Amino acid sequence: MTDSSSTVTATPAPRPGDPEITPEVVADHGLSPEEYERVLGILGRTPTFTELGIFSAMWSEHCGYKNSKRLLRLLPTEAPWVIQGPGENAGVIDVGDGLAVAFKIESHNHPSAVEPYQGAATGVGGILRDIFTMGARPVAVLDSLRFGDLDVPRNRYLLAGVVRGVGDYGNCVGIPNIGGEVFFDRAYEGNPIVNAMAIGLMRREDLITAEATGVGNPMMAVGARTGRDGIHGATFASEELSGDDDASSRPRVQVGDPFTEKLLLEASLELIGSGHIVAIQDMGAAGLTSSASEMAGRGGSGISLEMSQVPVREEGMTPYEILLSESQERMLVVAKQGHEDEVRKILEKWELEAEPVGEVTDNGLFQIYEHGVLVASIPALPLTDGCPTYEREGIEGDDVKAARAVDLSHLLSPEGDLSEEFMELLRSPNLASKRWLYEQYDSTVRTSTVVRPGGDAGVIRFRGSRRGLAATTDCNGRYCWLNPREGAKAAVAEAARNLVCSGAVPTAVTNNLNFGNPLKPHIYFQLREAVLGMAEACALFETPVTGGNVSLFNETDGVAIHPTPVIGMVGTLHDVEAHATTHAFRTEGDAILLLGENREEIGGSEYLYRKEGIVAGEPPVVDLLAERRLQHAVLGLIQKGVARSAHDCAEGGLVTALAECAVGAEAPMGVSVRLDDALAPVALFFGETHGRVLVTVAPEQVDRALDMARDHGVTARFVGEVGPAGGSFSVRSPRGQVTLDIHRVAERYYGTLPSLMSRSGGGDEG
Amino acid sequence: MRVAVITFPGSNCDYDGYQAFKLLEGFEPEFRWHRDRTLGSVDAVFLPGGFSYGDYLRPGAIAHLSPVMEAVKAFASGGGPVLGVCNGFQVLCESGLLPGALLRNETLRFRSHDVHLRVETTRSPFTSAYARNQVLRIPIAHGDGNYTASPEELAELEGDDRIPFRYCTSDGQLSPEANPNGSAHHIAGILNAHRNVLGMMPHPERAVEDVLGSTDGLGLFESLRAHLSGASLAGASIS
Repeated sequence: MTDSSSTVTATPAPRPGDPEITPEVVADHGLSPEEYERVLGILGRTPTFTELGIFSAMWSEHCGYKNSKRLLRLLPTEAPWVIQGPGENAGVIDVGDGLAVAFKIESHNHPSAVEPYQGAATGVGGILRDIFTMGARPVAVLDSLRFGDLDVPRNRYLLAGVVRGVGDYGNCVGIPNIGGEVFFDRAYEGNPIVNAMAIGLMRREDLITAEATGVGNPMMAVGARTGRDGIHGATFASEELSGDDDASSRPRVQVGDPFTEKLLLEASLELIGSGHIVAIQDMGAAGLTSSASEMAGRGGSGISLEMSQVPVREEGMTPYEILLSESQERMLVVAKQGHEDEVRKILEKWELEAEPVGEVTDNGLFQIYEHGVLVASIPALPLTDGCPTYEREGIEGDDVKAARAVDLSHLLSPEGDLSEEFMELLRSPNLASKRWLYEQYDSTVRTSTVVRPGGDAGVIRFRGSRRGLAATTDCNGRYCWLNPREGAKAAVAEAARNLVCSGAVPTAVTNNLNFGNPLKPHIYFQLREAVLGMAEACALFETPVTGGNVSLFNETDGVAIHPTPVIGMVGTLHDVEAHATTHAFRTEGDAILLLGENREEIGGSEYLYRKEGIVAGEPPVVDLLAERRLQHAVLGLIQKGVARSAHDCAEGGLVTALAECAVGAEAPMGVSVRLDDALAPVALFFGETHGRVLVTVAPEQVDRALDMARDHGVTARFVGEVGPAGGSFSVRSPRGQVTLDIHRVAERYYGTLPSLMSRSGGGDEG
Repeated sequence: MRVAVITFPGSNCDYDGYQAFKLLEGFEPEFRWHRDRTLGSVDAVFLPGGFSYGDYLRPGAIAHLSPVMEAVKAFASGGGPVLGVCNGFQVLCESGLLPGALLRNETLRFRSHDVHLRVETTRSPFTSAYARNQVLRIPIAHGDGNYTASPEELAELEGDDRIPFRYCTSDGQLSPEANPNGSAHHIAGILNAHRNVLGMMPHPERAVEDVLGSTDGLGLFESLRAHLSGASLAGASIS
């Protein structure tokens, strides 16, 4: 290793063959003239090409959060149970019994738009590494997906590829997928959303953070070798896509190997337990550059790396390429000095490599050598924390104002028998069962899954404890487009409601902010408003945000996706066997209770999108205080053993929710419901008013349950009962009705997605 | 009763199997590493599910060449009970301990859900605690579970009563809809000629506790325990 004392003032030499730094080269690296000025100020000289690449990656939106950081500070991040808030590889919360849970969500939107299988697979791989580098064993994954409408063949191709990628990776590593969501809307045409969330479990004392400390401690590259794939992935993720990106951007997509990941997972957990290392971090976005400089930044130290010692896949890689490669399944480890051989032995057991590539220094510099020649020397802290942050102009778009102002009253006119309207609605993949997807994911490996995908939330137990954890992801981009503040509140409220319906107390949030180009005022408006709504709701539900991911520039040919601030929420069950609850109706004759109030709201609904082809009107109003009362009531009913099933009303409204409960049973059950609301039946049946939960109880428990709900200040009423298996599905109101054979409903509900995906592009043809 | 749970690089159900054996009093599961050349003194072997060696080449194709498999083959040929689940079944077929092979699922997609299994024979160390024609509900999770074998081999399996589990409907009927992967003769699991080696795609170790949704897999472990305690009393005899 090079003598660090002499290099503090050393200036790196330009490498022969490196391009000259011109304004064009700077612009190609995604740095604005002002940002470049700041680079010059930090260095006191012109950067080398290698240094420019480093700044470009670290100051991309993906790593530097330059357009979102100021807003993110508005989110609540603290609670007594939060052990690790934002800033680390993952957030960590205390879940009792000496256990802690690490969890985080991350996006892989752009890679998945170009190469759906690898894009999605590496998304899962990256988020798993964020979990096990905290010392936690991954125990569950969820995926939150958005695509354009499935009548477009390319969207079927994207869905099929993404699902196969998510599945193959998680299945191979052996982590159960316990839930998530998928939503289809033409707003995601060309720019799908692929967010993956992972959850890990550890003993509290096993927590490890990623701070490079201890001068002289060796830095070791661990796992797979470094190749030329994914170079500048972080910068790529921070740009808009254009129509011709499909082929030209493919080299910027990484390739995953879940088998190596599984070995790396076992080796890393063994390493962390061995006491031979100080810190460990995934070489994720911006690869070696971000992992090394962030570890140095957090540790308040310096780092020096020798590029010729990094194990590479091919000869002739430049420092620029090695530093910015996003080859998968690699880790950077700070070992204890003198323990290198022990580290190597553990990696060898798992058929992996570990090579010293540098050391921790005390000069505060991020220094890169190539065969002993200094090629980059950057102060570590300004590199990681000095990224300029912006507060931009935010103005609501006129198109949104217009869409919100559309008069929908004439669309409420259909009355009477709406049975066939409902059958048509069930042709929507947004309402129909997602079984086609989640059955491609192993949901039972690790033998701890208590509630599998397909309901409100997934639930896992903690072995050796009575406790368990529920998790969900939620966001309706249409509501967020029409009113980003209300939409974000709704996402938090729905996530919490889903957890409560599963028997869990909502505990904490990880978020994934998927938006368009924030340099456009109408997009920045969406971002700001959504963060404000999220902050308000998270504070009220006492679910702090412990980390997450920001994915901006989700635009294709200048058109942005719906703002989609995905909420990943976890909640704890105090007694998982007694409290875990699902939406499925259980016993004939059980009473169906409706908690919450029906309102005449049809804005932003799936009904409008399917029937009229529009996203318009005011999205349903969120009353956070009423939500909280409702959730306390539902949780009380579950914890007291009164509720036999619980399900919230979401997309597709009350009738869809009733149908889901009915066909969720092993043999579809009949439903007989009579509502006394005089609302327009279209709104009453299919409107998406928040704050409503369907609960079933034994007939003799009705009065007690209603009293309990009212004690919480919640409107509650008996609306009907569960019929026999195979019975009729009947929902009536003074102005309308839906009456159908439950088998017909079940067939449509489970058949819609397979039938769409059997068309060309879906991978099921032939 | 000591049970060797084999871990290959890429195994991911080894721990689940270990835990299932732990649940039943009398079993002492112990992990064995793929490089181990001996099993030590054990009474049974569990080959777990997962993606040994990344399923490279073919599922199970590389695992069967690993050092530990020599020891497993010797153990099996001495009459010791060997249970292979999912990838374990694939390894058993690749290593020749069981006939036939497992192809990609007919749908070409990974399938993860509960299936119903009809118990076809109780005449094995793994199924004695069940009743013939009993219907079990047990999860599957695989991409390559489509069992195939030559007509002669299939005839032999049928003739020798060596198909302990077939996919069926919830009321025990055989139907194409109830067959999740296209397996020949609805086969979910098979025995070797000496009946001491069982390979099956469904995961009995995932159906051993109420909290997991089913305890129908317990019978398999109970059968094995009864077999082993009988064997240790009577001095080891198979079938």
